[in-house]
Amino acid sequence: MIEIKNLHATVDGKEILKGIDLTINPGEVHAIMGPNGSGKSTLSYVLAGRDGYEITEGSVSFFGKDLLEMEPEERAAAGLFLAFQYPVEIPGVANTTFLKSALNAIRKQRGEPELDAMQFLKLVREKTKALSMTDEMLKRAVNVGFSGGEKKRNETLQMAVLQPKFAILDETDSGLDIDALKIVAEGVNALRSPERSMLVITHYQRLLDYIVPDHVHVLAFGKIQRSGGKELALELEKNGYAEFGVNEAA
Amino acid sequence: MAATTETVEQVRAVTEQKYKYGFTTDIESDVAPKGLNEDIVRFISAKKEEPEWLLEWRLKAFRVWQEMEEPRHWAKLSFPPIDYQDAHYYAAPKMKDRPKSLDEVDPELLKTYEKLGIPLREQEILAGVEGAEGKSPAIAVDAVFDSVSVATTFKAKLEEMGIIFCAISEAVHKCPELVQKYLGSVVPYTDNFYATLNCAVFTDGSFVYIPKGVRCPMELSTYFRINQANTGQFERTLIIADEGSYVSYLEGCTAPQRDENQLHAAVVELVALDDAQIKYSTVQNWYPGNAEGVGGIYNFVTKRGACRGRNSKISWTQVETGSAITWKYPSCILQGDNSVGEFYSVAITNNFQQADTGTKMIHIGKNTRSTIVSKGISAGRAQQTYRGLVKILPKAEGARNHTQCDSLLIGDQCGAHTVPYIENRNRTARVEHEATTAKISEDQLFYCRQRGLSEEDAVSLIVNGFCKEVLKELPMEFAVEAQKLVGISLEGSVG
Ligand SMILES: Nc1ncnc2c1ncn2[C@@H]1O[C@H](COP(=O)(O)OP(=O)(O)OP(=O)(O)O)[C@@H](O)[C@H]1O
Ligand SMILES: [Mg+2]
Repeated sequence: MIEIKNLHATVDGKEILKGIDLTINPGEVHAIMGPNGSGKSTLSYVLAGRDGYEITEGSVSFFGKDLLEMEPEERAAAGLFLAFQYPVEIPGVANTTFLKSALNAIRKQRGEPELDAMQFLKLVREKTKALSMTDEMLKRAVNVGFSGGEKKRNETLQMAVLQPKFAILDETDSGLDIDALKIVAEGVNALRSPERSMLVITHYQRLLDYIVPDHVHVLAFGKIQRSGGKELALELEKNGYAEFGVNEAA
Repeated sequence: MAATTETVEQVRAVTEQKYKYGFTTDIESDVAPKGLNEDIVRFISAKKEEPEWLLEWRLKAFRVWQEMEEPRHWAKLSFPPIDYQDAHYYAAPKMKDRPKSLDEVDPELLKTYEKLGIPLREQEILAGVEGAEGKSPAIAVDAVFDSVSVATTFKAKLEEMGIIFCAISEAVHKCPELVQKYLGSVVPYTDNFYATLNCAVFTDGSFVYIPKGVRCPMELSTYFRINQANTGQFERTLIIADEGSYVSYLEGCTAPQRDENQLHAAVVELVALDDAQIKYSTVQNWYPGNAEGVGGIYNFVTKRGACRGRNSKISWTQVETGSAITWKYPSCILQGDNSVGEFYSVAITNNFQQADTGTKMIHIGKNTRSTIVSKGISAGRAQQTYRGLVKILPKAEGARNHTQCDSLLIGDQCGAHTVPYIENRNRTARVEHEATTAKISEDQLFYCRQRGLSEEDAVSLIVNGFCKEVLKELPMEFAVEAQKLVGISLEGSVG
């Protein structure tokens, strides 16, 4: 599904990603863990096509296409979704309006018919309920005044509505209370399917109790330092990143 | 920063394509010779078969105007000198008589309005049918083509309720006492350079009278269209809401795409008596000129409403996207005790457009209240100024004003300026002013694009969100058009 080869990326001349290799097959869930500032969000931004990153080396193929050549909205239409670590506020734009515009923009790019207001409302109501969100939150402006946890839940809702083929969850668990964590994890698990893959970025092995990954990777200093199964997360929880030469106090 | 530049490029490209109203209509016209002098003023008055008092009033205005100077020193606008002698002051589609019904209107004209999305004929039929079922409220339209009102729909139905909605040139004959009593009573003929010029040469416009206690059952709307080259358009609108009445009035406008600048200097006067309410909405989309700043309408407009009566209310809502230059300050004179004035504005300037716009709220009566919400969006190299005056006179016990002025910048070559003047001469009055300036952030754009929206749709969505407080004040029928105008096209917005 996605094949990342020797990916190097710089920001303002500073190299952040220093040769990432990662292949994710359909149906797999991969987790990335790693110390603060190691480049996890940078990787997700580069994959999603955010401006301001220079790719100095390497390639990414997504369903056989050169991902790095595509515009962010084309990547979205091709099925890539990023749940942001810091979801952005858009004042004055109702959540429903935003979601409907997004869904129809994607459908349009794919040559599928757009959903009318009724069809959309039915879909969104269903997903909202599954995530224990209220209709009131749908009417509010995108992320404006949302609590940290509500923002994360809102990201999950968007994912549930847009039904991506490949979802990157950048610390979607942080800021969630215990109940919310379960609800969000259920939402994510509901999306798991043999055709869908996920890249879950997290600091806490707790999330991985709910979303059980097929593979766990440690990202430090811009590189994947170690890969393993879900037991690697437990090990990290216990020992930290000292083994990778990371000073915990830093 | 690349994304922002690109955005500006795209907005620019789209805006230009968007001016789909840039066509001209091939129609025979009656045009006055170029130039401006007393003879032209007499010519216009004679064409309209006006009574002596009106001609005298025009001539007085013309004489005052000759002594006046263009108000160039204070507005933040720059434009080459206007040669007032190099324009036609009267142009009218050739018609034997004022058409009695739509059947007599030149089919070319009907086609023009159809192209503009104002199908006079269909509108009447459709709206009539729907109105009968009580579903969507009908809209009555007065269509002004160059200097002349060509058709007014729903007249008969309105007349049953005693509502007068017709061309002002017609009102002069139909209800001269009303016109004579109120014309110039809010904007006197000595008011300012452009308004005074309008008094001398105004050609047509709409007249509305809502009798006591009547709630006008449909939106009244005037659609202005400049077609003739080198023609100034000077329309004059007068709306009188008698005691306890209510009316919602919409104004829309377009002009063909031409390389030369065209002058538009309108005057709108509103009078609200005791307990009356007037809601006046404008979607202004005059041709803004091209990306290099060539052509476009110079829009110098004087709009003023007088809340004469107790508990009266006047609301101005405007969405200003067109014109090369906009000079416009819809105002409220809050004379009656407890009267309310509102100003909701969205102004969008792009490329080389310039706008100096705002409002004046003059509090005279006790417990008068005013609200100002201004949203300015600048892109390209456009310059925009909000200029507002809140004046509280000594007798305005307990007066209140709240002003909210927000500017949004797209790119870094444009400018937004806020110039609020506050004069408070009553201690019990309270005036609040808030102002913000923001940019569309890269984060917002990326967030939207990650969700599948194109950059231009993202800008449109964000800008519409920014303007929401104002857009929601527009009547439904207009809000849709305005949303499209504001951004580019809001794909499938939730209805
Ligand atoms: N615009 C920038 N200019 C300079 N440095 C940057 C810029 N953007 C990111 N960085 C740096 O890149 C490094 C990686 O950041 P990134 O956000 O990818 O870390 P992360 O692994 O997601 O960390 P966290 O766990 O705290 O979310 C950090 O050291 C950060 O300061
Ligand atoms: Mg991060």
